[in-house]
Amino acid sequence: MAVNNNAKKISVVPFGPQHPVLPEPIHLDLVLKDEKVVYALPSIGFVHRGLEKLVEKRDYEQFVLIAERTCGICSFGHGMGYVEAIEKIMNLDIPPRAKFLRTMWAELARMHNHLMWLGLQADAFGFESLFMECWRLREKVLDMLELTTGGRVIFSVNKVGGLRKDVTPEMLEQILKTLDGLEKECRVVTDTFLGDPDVLSRMKGVGVLTPGRAEELGCCGPFLRASGVKRDCRQLGYEAYGELKFEPIVSYDGDCYARCLVRIEELYQSMDLVRQCIAKMPGGDIAVKVTGNPNGEYMVRIEQPRGEALYYVKANGTRYLTRYRNRTPTYANIPGLIETIKGAELADVAMMILTIDPCISCTER
Amino acid sequence: MKISKSPWILHYDGSSCNGCDIEVLASTTPRYDLERFGIINTGDPKHADVFLITGGVNYQNRDVVQQLYSQMPDPKVVVAVGICACDGGVFKDCYNIIGGVDKVIPVDVYVPGCAARPESIIDGVVKALAILDKKRERMAQGLVPDEKVWTNTIVRPGSQEKQED
Repeated sequence: MAVNNNAKKISVVPFGPQHPVLPEPIHLDLVLKDEKVVYALPSIGFVHRGLEKLVEKRDYEQFVLIAERTCGICSFGHGMGYVEAIEKIMNLDIPPRAKFLRTMWAELARMHNHLMWLGLQADAFGFESLFMECWRLREKVLDMLELTTGGRVIFSVNKVGGLRKDVTPEMLEQILKTLDGLEKECRVVTDTFLGDPDVLSRMKGVGVLTPGRAEELGCCGPFLRASGVKRDCRQLGYEAYGELKFEPIVSYDGDCYARCLVRIEELYQSMDLVRQCIAKMPGGDIAVKVTGNPNGEYMVRIEQPRGEALYYVKANGTRYLTRYRNRTPTYANIPGLIETIKGAELADVAMMILTIDPCISCTER
Repeated sequence: MKISKSPWILHYDGSSCNGCDIEVLASTTPRYDLERFGIINTGDPKHADVFLITGGVNYQNRDVVQQLYSQMPDPKVVVAVGICACDGGVFKDCYNIIGGVDKVIPVDVYVPGCAARPESIIDGVVKALAILDKKRERMAQGLVPDEKVWTNTIVRPGSQEKQED
């Protein structure tokens, strides 16, 4: 019997929620025509805890700790976004030292996130030793965070009105010393990402998203900037960003390689921003006294390592807030991800999911 | 202590904030290096001996967790990593959180902390290995691996599910 080799077979492959490359559960139904993905249907909800509703049970000062535990990787940014919204409602004037320290920690958190992502990406395309190397370097960033805040992934240094903890000049000196060593070691690793032919063959031209589509789908963060759109919320100048010099990093190819490039450049940019923060670090208090309860509403936009995050707070004059809403970058990036997966080969899907740096616990809260 | 075999671990995020998951991964990487004991993080439940699970488990995740547990071959041990996995932690009062892994599957070792540090995760895994050896011995004698009988009693509030006896 003659075999028709041109027949295309349609099949549906479930991806996740438990999958070796995913540290977190997300489920995708991939509709395949032979090896090519023609459609991807995401389903989420495996990490939904309903923490926004907890504002009814925890008062606005306690809720900082809950807001921070939205996600264990972007934890510093979530705490900062929430307290900033409350501070704006209460018209609190935060001391400049607290602003600079917050900025410094936010940038250190970005460094540890990007190194973590580079490692996971290496793991996704099967470069195990590169994964280990990235995570070894990430430990040095965690050391700096642990030295100054006391925590490795959850820091709990923010409070309404400022900070809970101050740093000493010796700590800042130690950070500068570690950064110099770290930068040299990072160059070796990132040169591999950007120059190794095996790595390039997996990432160049894979999962292209055009600038127009990226804008239309509402993508954000490094995913958007890798498609050539110059948008970085840090330019709004919240906390101390207004006093620091930096330019958003943009790449124009829109493929997996471009996303990798943007994150690598941001890693070095963050090192530079930390140095700038330390050079300009003002003295003085780290917190102001908070009296009364918030009344009103406010929305804050900040640039998390994964993209733009929104924090909306509505208060009613009591200790308990009416509403807390948080829109996180991964949520905005999922439509863009679905677009890039279409037309890809099944073997590339795991790596492409990683290129948006998905954070499921942020997305579902 | 003596480690008699090279047990493989299966890691799953049971509705945690991600902090503990990242520490579980960090404990396999060069600084802490769980792999020096021959312990490898595998993605396949049928290859795994130790189930590292984080988070307070929500209703959608419950079935996944139970399914992964039932797919693991005997003898197996479960390590609940982080305070959320132990009893729900800060999310205990959330409407969607069941409150601890032991409400869903039997747990052998509890590792507290928010987030649990890699040192304590490794300590938990090493303690779990002793329990694994004990279970293996029981199986060699023709007994069931677990000493205690575990029953699942969680029913989603307002659902039509019947409690099984």
